[in-house]
Amino acid sequence: MDTNVADAPEIANPSALQHHFENAEQQRDASTIGMWSFLLTEIMFFGGLFLAYFAYRQAYPLAFASASLKTDLWLGAANTTVLIGSSLTMALAVHFAAIGKRQLLVLFLILTLILGGVFLGVKAYEYHDKWVHHEIPGPHFECEGCVDAQHTQLFFSLYFGMTGLHASHMIIGAGILLVLIWQAYKGKFTPDWYTPIENFGLYWHFVDIVWIFLFPLLYLIDRSGRGLT
Amino acid sequence: MASAHGANQHGANHAAHSENHIVPKRVYFFIFATLIALTWVTALVSRIDLGRWNIFVALAIAILKASLVILFFMHVKYSTRLTKFIVVCGFFWLSLLLFITMADLWTRSWMGVPGR
Repeated sequence: MDTNVADAPEIANPSALQHHFENAEQQRDASTIGMWSFLLTEIMFFGGLFLAYFAYRQAYPLAFASASLKTDLWLGAANTTVLIGSSLTMALAVHFAAIGKRQLLVLFLILTLILGGVFLGVKAYEYHDKWVHHEIPGPHFECEGCVDAQHTQLFFSLYFGMTGLHASHMIIGAGILLVLIWQAYKGKFTPDWYTPIENFGLYWHFVDIVWIFLFPLLYLIDRSGRGLT
Repeated sequence: MASAHGANQHGANHAAHSENHIVPKRVYFFIFATLIALTWVTALVSRIDLGRWNIFVALAIAILKASLVILFFMHVKYSTRLTKFIVVCGFFWLSLLLFITMADLWTRSWMGVPGR
């Protein structure tokens, strides 16, 4: 890529260096910090839900333990694997953007989109399963064989709230991915300027991190069944 | 940058600022394999009765996984000190939210949660 210096597209591409930055490095650092600032607001956004989760789990441990057993451990673990896989393909997409491999960039963005779609599909299947078993909080709520069944509704409210907010982030991410795939296909990104790919990567990995915490907290509360015997 | 300055300055600037930090692909594959292994470890360990330690093991593994994602997939390991500082501040703030609130709920059993 060093051989491209002579015809570096940072001049040709008007989006390469905005006039208010000293140089491209400063511009990149600024955009990275800007993206992280956004992600910090997201951390606090999800953080409120995590706090609610810990507070109510502390208040109703048995209800949470027995409701958690209603989730499918292996489906959850498999879905975690899929989502981490999509993080890998996204990291590789950023890598290929940085070294200017357009076709591989497009390919790995598409793979990321597909894996994200698989994750959402499995999630939809799990939601449907909950729906069929009346495990949606509300007047027709049932939790068969649950301890403290009344308060298991709190678990399911948080389950749907947290996984739902997570899934909505993924749906938004999939929409952005479609645009990025199109732009990448059109050759908009070069090793000198691929900030949208890089920042979207940060967003996608953040969504992955949220799930990394949701999985043990929602699926793995008391798998050995100790608390319930 | 006026193009009149010619290729010299242009080239020098390029060399100076556009060093994309290229992480070797095998790093990503190694991190990926570690994350997958930890996912299945946490799923399997959850089935063993460790008493009250189950949650701590689960959270420790989750924090380790998140750290790997942040450091390597999100490139924070290779970022500027300012970026690192901002990231640490964010998680520090989250820990204030969680620990200060939970410290009350853990140690003052007469305090209810809303709805109880």
